[in-house]
Amino acid sequence: MIKLIGIIVIAAGFALRLNTLLVVLVSGIVTGLVSGMSFNSIMEEFGRLFLTNRYMTLPVVMMLPVVGLLERYGLRERAETLIRRSAAATAGRVLLLYTGVRQVSIALGINVGGHAGAVRPLLAPLAEGAARVCHGSLSKAMVERIRANAAAAENVGNFFGEDIFVAVGSILLMKGFFEGLKIDVSAWAMALWGIPTAVAAFALMAWRTRVLDQQLAREAARAAGTAKAAGA
Amino acid sequence: MSLVSLNSFYVLAGAFVLATAVRVAMDKGHARRWSTALFWGLLGACFALGGSMPPTVAGYLVLGMTILAASGRVGMSRERSTGREERLASAQRLGDRLFWPALLIPATAVVGSLFLGRVRWRGLALVDTANLSVTSVCIGAVLALAAGLRLTRAPVRDAVGEGSRLIQTVGWALILPQALAALGGLFARAGVGTVVAGLVERALPTQFSFVAVAAYCLGMVLFTICLGNAFAAFAVVTGGIGVPLIVHAHGGNPAIMAAIGMLAGFCGTLLTPMAANFNLVPVMLLELEDKNAVIRAQAPIALALFAFNLLLMEFCVYRF
Repeated sequence: MIKLIGIIVIAAGFALRLNTLLVVLVSGIVTGLVSGMSFNSIMEEFGRLFLTNRYMTLPVVMMLPVVGLLERYGLRERAETLIRRSAAATAGRVLLLYTGVRQVSIALGINVGGHAGAVRPLLAPLAEGAARVCHGSLSKAMVERIRANAAAAENVGNFFGEDIFVAVGSILLMKGFFEGLKIDVSAWAMALWGIPTAVAAFALMAWRTRVLDQQLAREAARAAGTAKAAGA
Repeated sequence: MSLVSLNSFYVLAGAFVLATAVRVAMDKGHARRWSTALFWGLLGACFALGGSMPPTVAGYLVLGMTILAASGRVGMSRERSTGREERLASAQRLGDRLFWPALLIPATAVVGSLFLGRVRWRGLALVDTANLSVTSVCIGAVLALAAGLRLTRAPVRDAVGEGSRLIQTVGWALILPQALAALGGLFARAGVGTVVAGLVERALPTQFSFVAVAAYCLGMVLFTICLGNAFAAFAVVTGGIGVPLIVHAHGGNPAIMAAIGMLAGFCGTLLTPMAANFNLVPVMLLELEDKNAVIRAQAPIALALFAFNLLLMEFCVYRF
């Protein structure tokens, strides 16, 4: 039971809005200490895992110089111009299309996209540009809402397409897990049973992006209303 | 052995992070100049020298970075970028050619994941096949940078400066995903999962088959929320609840249970700040004010999809 103290530290830390990095480290140290590890061996284990997991941060770091360079020369502005040419584009439709493409490509084993590589330089400006075409200038809250939904479009597309591809991390992990228990499970069966949820996720994304477009329209109408009142 | 190893990209990324540290150190007007430079210097060292660094040293470096970040000593420097007018003018001048370098990254990722693993030269693999997708993305980033520099005729200094600006926008949150992964490892080593699985088994009437399904799905979500990682939760919850209760006690189909259970866990990933690389790093990257904005946007999808997964498993796992 005492081993659960790390989870309590995490929960308390988040509730008190302490620095997340500090909460994580303290939780790790406390959990290590109550299960009988010395401070040095906790640092060793933490350092070893920190180094082996560098691959999580690597793509973001590698992409920042080129993304920053292209932004300096107007990539985001160009993306907004591009979307203006398309009459049917709304912020929600752009995001939904992205989720669909992300799901299908990752289901075929192709991992394209990402928050640093696609969402910041391309998807968010495209969605914002589409919204500007429909509603004119955007308030800060509207921009914030579009961007948060762009990040959601990336995550939903990424998570709920992945499990359909057989040679992907999660399926291989499940297969390896069952092999360890001597239970025979086919990777194909697991991939097949990922399909209903993938379809449901896309349908839910379609609902949320519609809601986003409606919210944007409502806020734009309200802003126009106040402007008119101020003018009169 | 491979010609282009993952480590060479760690060294390259480390060099860039170290360059950020130097740029911060040279910014005389920076309020927290030396502590911020030290933070990026320590991180750069972890990346560049991580291949040969003793783990204990890395652990203490992470401790140092955490203390710097938690005491508010890591701040933005004043990296100058171009203004909106200049950007519009350059966007007009370069036109759609601006997209090509950006599209080179996914294009290389596609080609790389499909073909690079098969390229061999005198028995030596070109790239590390175990890390094919990460390596492909890194190669794509390098190619895109080369194409971007050629297109804009900008000096490398500009790319490093703009990269520094962005990496400082993300700030210390950049290392959260790694720190959380390390925490998950420590939890696993300490046996936190087995304790929780035992609690669930004792507390719930698992002789009913639907209680077993509900306990398994809820366990996946709650564990993922706590650990920030559905993979870590899967081993614990499937070993502790799924296999003994759903498969052995009630004769459920393990493939259906695992596939849907993992996806139920992913619903938890959408809800937790512990999944920092998915939910917090984008908040910094997109410069959002509300730290929970991404989670808020995802919550309706996550909850509805969880309910769907729960019902789907209940309906299918004992029938097929």
